[in-house]
Amino acid sequence: MSFALDIITIAAVSAGAFFFLAGTVGLLRFPDTLTRLHALTKADNLGLGLVVLGLLPQAGSLRDGLKLVSIWLLGLLAGATVSQLIARAARRDGPA
Amino acid sequence: MSVATLLEMVLAAVVLGLGVWTIAARQTYAATVGFVAYGLLVPLVWVRLDAVDVALTEAAIGGGLGGVLLLGAAAQLRATEMASAAEEPGRVVRLGAAALSVTISAALAAAILLLPDPAPTLAPAAVANASATGLANPVTNVLMAFRAMDTMLEKVVLLLAIVGVWSLASDRTWGGRPGPHHQADPHGALAFLARLLPPVGIVVGIYIFWTGADHPGGAFQGGAILAAMWLLVIMAGLTDTPPASSRRLRLLLIAGPGVFLVVGLGGLCFGLAFLAYPPTLAKPLILAVEVAMILTIAVTLGMLLAGVPERGAQQ
Repeated sequence: MSFALDIITIAAVSAGAFFFLAGTVGLLRFPDTLTRLHALTKADNLGLGLVVLGLLPQAGSLRDGLKLVSIWLLGLLAGATVSQLIARAARRDGPA
Repeated sequence: MSVATLLEMVLAAVVLGLGVWTIAARQTYAATVGFVAYGLLVPLVWVRLDAVDVALTEAAIGGGLGGVLLLGAAAQLRATEMASAAEEPGRVVRLGAAALSVTISAALAAAILLLPDPAPTLAPAAVANASATGLANPVTNVLMAFRAMDTMLEKVVLLLAIVGVWSLASDRTWGGRPGPHHQADPHGALAFLARLLPPVGIVVGIYIFWTGADHPGGAFQGGAILAAMWLLVIMAGLTDTPPASSRRLRLLLIAGPGVFLVVGLGGLCFGLAFLAYPPTLAKPLILAVEVAMILTIAVTLGMLLAGVPERGAQQ
């Protein structure tokens, strides 16, 4: 049982790390603000989500698991809001 | 070499690199962004050193509120930056500054390297006497009981800092509201976040304050989170900064050092020494001081970031 859980953890955290890597490459390589934001949201939403998903089987208690999930939810909320604000500022100031 | 050691080495290299980048960056804004990233990575170093209390404070102050403060300063400097960049300091000044920095770095490095091994520590004594106060977190014990004098003076420094910021106001705006009146779309993303996040943030802030008795946390970390929530609501235009002349605001600003001082003098009158708590009342007294302190810290940090009074008291 614990072996299966470890497999889930390794798979999900690796996938999350891949999305963080892809998001970072996109942030560095994409040409303008809006596409860079697009790349960044992949790291925030999917990368963090998959890392949290992978860590859930390792959580000692329900309480720890809920804490992990709420970290992801707060990350989603902050990421989505900040992306909106940056995109709005970028549109107002013209292409950058 | 274990994975953890490798991680620590990479972390140390990145932190050092960010430090160099912050100093070397030409533009104020770029240096600020470097400093914020630095302030977010240093907490990880503290966590690796098992100093979770310091990590929490560093994340809240160094990465969070300090970053916002510097970003605001960078935005205000943008207009004059080009002009000041043309004024290169002379060779003597630059050499003098370099010599001073190198001397200080060398002295700090020498002080660290010349420490006896094992380094002298009072940690066992602090842990051994933890039962005297009824608090289980040794850091809170040191801050609130064993070295309470330092913590009280730190709160006085916060008060002096806010007085310093306010004294930059012009005569016309003295006692007025700090910062611009923020206006955001009442149905926009920022206003939405400012309605959704503060209930969560206030609970988290109070939890970190409360758990500080037995686990890492405390009034400073909790107060910083409360201040961030307050600033979020101000930036979204849902409320305004209070005028600096507001009596309620000023009472909150002095609540922390005031209650601390009263408790300290009480120790002098009824007990053995200044800031000596009677053993049976230690925990309630510390709690009272901490409640006053978290309010003062939250309001002080918020007002420090809100800045200089810019709008007259009548407006």
